Order: sequence, then structure tokens, then C-alpha cells
Amino acid sequence: MILLAIVVAAFTGNIPALTNAAIESAREAVMLCITILGVLSMWTGLLTVADRAGMVKTLSRKLKPTLRYLFPELGRNHPAHEPIATNFIANILGLGWAATPSGIMAMKALQKDNPSKDTATKSMRMFMVINMSSLQLVTISVVAYRTQYGSANPSEIIGPGLIITMATTVIAVAFCKVLERFNL
Amino acid sequence: MSWLLFLSDLIVPLTFFGILLFAFMKKTPVYDHFISGAKDGFGTVMTIAPTIIGLMVAVGMLRASGALELLGNLISPVTDQMGYPTEAVPLTLMRLVSSSAATGLLLDIFERYGPDSFIGRFVSVMMSSTETVFYTMSIYFLSVKITKTRFTLAGALIANFSGVLMSLWLTYRLFP
Repeated sequence: MILLAIVVAAFTGNIPALTNAAIESAREAVMLCITILGVLSMWTGLLTVADRAGMVKTLSRKLKPTLRYLFPELGRNHPAHEPIATNFIANILGLGWAATPSGIMAMKALQKDNPSKDTATKSMRMFMVINMSSLQLVTISVVAYRTQYGSANPSEIIGPGLIITMATTVIAVAFCKVLERFNL
Repeated sequence: MSWLLFLSDLIVPLTFFGILLFAFMKKTPVYDHFISGAKDGFGTVMTIAPTIIGLMVAVGMLRASGALELLGNLISPVTDQMGYPTEAVPLTLMRLVSSSAATGLLLDIFERYGPDSFIGRFVSVMMSSTETVFYTMSIYFLSVKITKTRFTLAGALIANFSGVLMSLWLTYRLFP
């Protein structure tokens, strides 16, 4: 990006502005880090309280019937159920660090039953598409950034973001179910 | 639709209440866990701080060079037709590839237009309802060496682009 910036600036005659932009942006980045240091620490602190109290476990148990609907191939008690549930819950709560390891565990558990090892199964596709449809209900970092830049009501975007997050997940599930219907 | 804004105000306090109540009922040492979690958060910010500095410098320079305007001029005929803010196009695309680079562009928009402008609100909602598709795909599928993904990418992109369009529509509806 920096190289591109310098090349373009040479053509547009904006070279003198570059130095200022670099220094100004660096300063701003540090100010920003200080703001998110507070908000993010508070949020991860809270979520750790939830996690250690066993909230992720309780919630993933409640997810069981939903998993059976989403992954009919897997039957009633598949070893992949648990990491899948943990991955979904962690993503929903915005626990990024807990989501990736459980996601990889889920993929490995699904791969065990896979007859052709280089091709994704229906369950893998369902899992991945849901995972990438954005599950996180509250994106606290965006709220923190809005605070830093002086928003009058930083949290006003949470509600719309939450509804759309749910809608995209429904679209993701529908997409996979339609493909399954046509045996693709 | 205004109940959505009401929900926005409620959700953080409710989350606090719910989690703390749950933890007290389970009789866990709430304060100790909070401290150790907050320490993790501190560590996370410290590890991403150099990345944020690097990316914000890169985006800042890119903007000063005029490259983003060039790109904007190139695509504005199409985006204007849709009522799509041209300045949000680089962010929309970058969001699919890298979370931190997208953050750099998001902050650039906040700085130029303010978080309470139309585009500021739109990109806030959009960032909350999309995901880094290409990054997630590569990590998860690489971990089990799968190369034929059978429309997984198509599904993820459909979900994400419908998220972008819904964000645009909802921002128009909620914040006229």
C-alpha cells in the first residue's frame, strides 16, 4: 500500500503531503490504541467471566437440536458436534481467540468421515458458510472506534448490525439447504 | 424501526447483567476472572498495536497520494446509480480479505466524514455484519487440506454481499 501510495503521489504531485500523512497517521494510531485498550480489556474481561462460569458449555448444549437440523448427515451424536457448537457460540459472543481452534477441531472431526479427502462434504460447507456469514452479535471494537472519533451515540449501530447478522446467517443456511436439495 | 435503536442502547447493559448474574449463580470468582480476562484484552491490543500503526500509516499515505480518489472516480458512475457511497468501496472489498486492513480504512472514513455521518454509520453497520471470508476459508480448509470447496465461497460471498446491501438499506431507513 505504501509503495502504491508513493508511486501514485509521484504522478499526482502529492509527494509533499505524504510525510505529513505518515506522521499524522502514526500519532493517531497510538491515540486510538489507548481508547480500544480500555474498551477491549473491559469486554474481554467480561467475556472471560462468562466463559469460566461455563456459559459457553451451557449454551452449546442448548444448540444441540439446531445442530441436528443443520447437519443431518452427522446423526445424533457426532464428535464434531461439540467443536462446532463451541465455534458458533464463540463467534456469536465475539470470542475470536476461542473460535479459531474449535473451528479447526471441527473441520478435522468432519474430515475423518470424508470419503474423498480433497473435497468438502455437505456438513463442512454448511459449517463454513455459517461461520463466514458473520455471527458476532455485538462488534464492540467498532463501537470503541466510534467513541474515539467523537460519535454522539457510539452504540446506535449495534441494533441494526445485530439484525443483519442474523439475516445473513439465515441466508447462508438457506443457500446450503437449497444446494443440498439439488444434490450439489 | 426505531426499536432497533432502542435495542442498541440496551444490549451492552443487558449483556453485563446477564453474564454477571450467570457467574454469581455459578459461584465463580467473578472479579478474578474479570482481571485475568482484561489482562488478555490488554495483551491483544498490545500485539495488534504495531499492526494498527503500520496500517493506518499506509492508509493515510494512500489517501494523501490521491490513489483512493482515483479509484473512486473510476467506479463512481456505477455506485452513484445504486446510491452506494463510493468512498466505502475500498473498505467493502478489503473487508473480505483482511480484518486489520479494513479497520485502517474504516478509521480513515471516520476521520474524514465523522462516525455520525451517513457513510460513517453505514460502514459501522457493515463492519458489524460481514466477515473476512477469504482469510477464514484459507485457514479452515488448509487445516484439513481440502481444495474442492463445492460452492462454499459462493455461499459466503452471497451472505456477505446481502449483508452489505441490507446495511445500506437499513442505514437509509434508520438515519435519514
